[in-house]
Amino acid sequence: MNNKMIYLDNNATTKVDKKVVDEMMPYFEEEYANPSSMYDFSKKASKAIKESREMMKEFFNAKTSNEIIFTSCGSESANTAIRGLLETEKNKKHIITTKVEHPCVLNVFKYYEKQGYKVDYIGVNSNGELDLAELQEKVDKDTALVATMWANNETGVIFPVQKISEIVKSKNPETKLFVDAVQVAGKIDIDVQTANIDMLGVSGHKFHAPKGVGALYVKSGTLLNPLIIGGHQERGKRAGTENVPYIVGIAKAAELAKESLKYEATEIKRLRDKLETNIVKNICNAKLNTSISNRVPNTTNIGFEYIEGELILLHLSDIGICASSGSACTSGSLEPSHVLRAMGTPFTALHGSIRFSLSRFTTEEEIDYVIEKLPPIIEKLNNISPYQDEINALKNLKH
Amino acid sequence: MWDYTEEVLDHYRNPRNVGKIDNADAIGEAGSLACGDALKIYLKIENGIVVDAKFQTFGCGSAVASSSMMTEMIIGKPIEEVRKLTNKDIADALGGLPPEKMHCSVMGHEALEDALKNYFNEEITLNDLNSETENKIVCTCFNVTEQQIIEAIKVNNLKTVEDVTNYTKAGGACGRCKGTIQQIINDYLNNEAKEKAEKPKLSSAQKILKINKVIENQIAPELQKDGGDIELVDIDDNKVYVKLHGRCSQCRNSVLTLKSFVEQTLRDAIDKDIEVINIEQ
Repeated sequence: MNNKMIYLDNNATTKVDKKVVDEMMPYFEEEYANPSSMYDFSKKASKAIKESREMMKEFFNAKTSNEIIFTSCGSESANTAIRGLLETEKNKKHIITTKVEHPCVLNVFKYYEKQGYKVDYIGVNSNGELDLAELQEKVDKDTALVATMWANNETGVIFPVQKISEIVKSKNPETKLFVDAVQVAGKIDIDVQTANIDMLGVSGHKFHAPKGVGALYVKSGTLLNPLIIGGHQERGKRAGTENVPYIVGIAKAAELAKESLKYEATEIKRLRDKLETNIVKNICNAKLNTSISNRVPNTTNIGFEYIEGELILLHLSDIGICASSGSACTSGSLEPSHVLRAMGTPFTALHGSIRFSLSRFTTEEEIDYVIEKLPPIIEKLNNISPYQDEINALKNLKH
Repeated sequence: MWDYTEEVLDHYRNPRNVGKIDNADAIGEAGSLACGDALKIYLKIENGIVVDAKFQTFGCGSAVASSSMMTEMIIGKPIEEVRKLTNKDIADALGGLPPEKMHCSVMGHEALEDALKNYFNEEITLNDLNSETENKIVCTCFNVTEQQIIEAIKVNNLKTVEDVTNYTKAGGACGRCKGTIQQIINDYLNNEAKEKAEKPKLSSAQKILKINKVIENQIAPELQKDGGDIELVDIDDNKVYVKLHGRCSQCRNSVLTLKSFVEQTLRDAIDKDIEVINIEQ
């Protein structure tokens, strides 16, 4: 073990930005008032919420700040949107999502399937791109809701949400569209008006705010029953005393994220491209699970054929590198990533897939370190594999 | 993050006996690339002794550690002793595995069994079950047979479907076979209860005499072969107090010897509730 720690798992969670922490601090010990109270002392807290809501409005390019609901996380945002909408829409019993959603959407859809809803799960091609023709075919007059992610957490593949919205609305203008934007927040620009989205959720800790705070955009005029029933907070759409410091935190993080979008698109992308190009070039059994350019700039997903992902992660962890894997062994479930399976990733690479996800705190030196240290690790693991002939064939192929 | 023991960390970081033996006397395989873990084991056997063993594993940290530890446990051992090795012995030698990873030790043991089958060119069945049961696939996702499930239940004292999934992977994907697994567990436990009821209960004096006899005739001679010995100190119902002597007392595997050999032999011969307790010197 050494002391070096290189964090390349930013799609799992991110470091909280120091500027975000600084912004939050006064709201713990000094400005701790309940924003709903009547005395002057609560003014600063309620003003902070108001400004934060305004910031999130900017971040999403919403029409008014009334369209923003603060939640506790991405899963709550998705649950509030999907379940809240279906509660008000009891006549239509058809809903659509994709095969590659995060469990916080996928499992909600499976729940409704058990409740008797007709559910369609739209597939993806081998590059992870959504089958828009299938979507077009499935939307009909009974479709209450279409839920899709904006970018996939494992592959980084961006779905064309504006096009999706056009398809959905042209088939049925009444059908609502929920977009899980957790993996695009802070990576590409979000514009709910241009994309014509009804509801959209994000999670703070994916863009350098702390864990425990999220936000949901709900277009004016969209009926929604609250998931958490209680007080009048969030205009009756989400009860519970506002988590003032964390709401201030997510707003500050959104402000910083918006400022660094250009850096993401250029510098982070350059580092990601450097990382994946060199890994594929230097390692005989490495190949990109998707190579399309339409990906969030920070993510790469690489399959190492004939070796297993957890073993790679353990060896990376031993030299201080944090990444993640779609292998079955890492999750405690016995099945590998549902995303890679939906893409039809060959099983030779399925179990040995590693995701590296960068952030604006990633340095070139760190990327160079990974490029240098990864090949000998893979070489060592290749030598343990029972598939020596297959690996040697790949070696000859690349040279 | 899994909570791996130091032994597991050591064995996945520095796996022992990696590779293949070109003129191996026996080769065994388990698992498959599609299932996410696969293991190949090579044995060199001379005069009934495993003189060399090597492995190649496609799998996670605990799969590599299980394979590596297993080769260490069998090299230099007579084949008859190697045949008695169970997945539990491998997991115990690693200081334990997380429950969800127990199937890695099972896979190690299956590859070993496959190698021995191939060596003796015979069917080794630890249970007196017909081949129909042995080959009947229960879990089609991971290709797990009824025989493999029963074996895991027996060796590891499994009680629930979740246990069986952790140890064999069966039921871990689509879950359609979970009902069948529950039925297999129920049948096994019912059979066990029936057997227990049928076995005549020994009087205390008879039991003490029998324990003494098994230690003297079956256990002590085996330990003496390895330069060790065992002394019976006291018997209190099902608790058997012993002292290990000679090389056994210093051996780092002494807990293993005590639990998997001494205790298991007494349990098989007399009563499955017997517990062996070592009195430290």
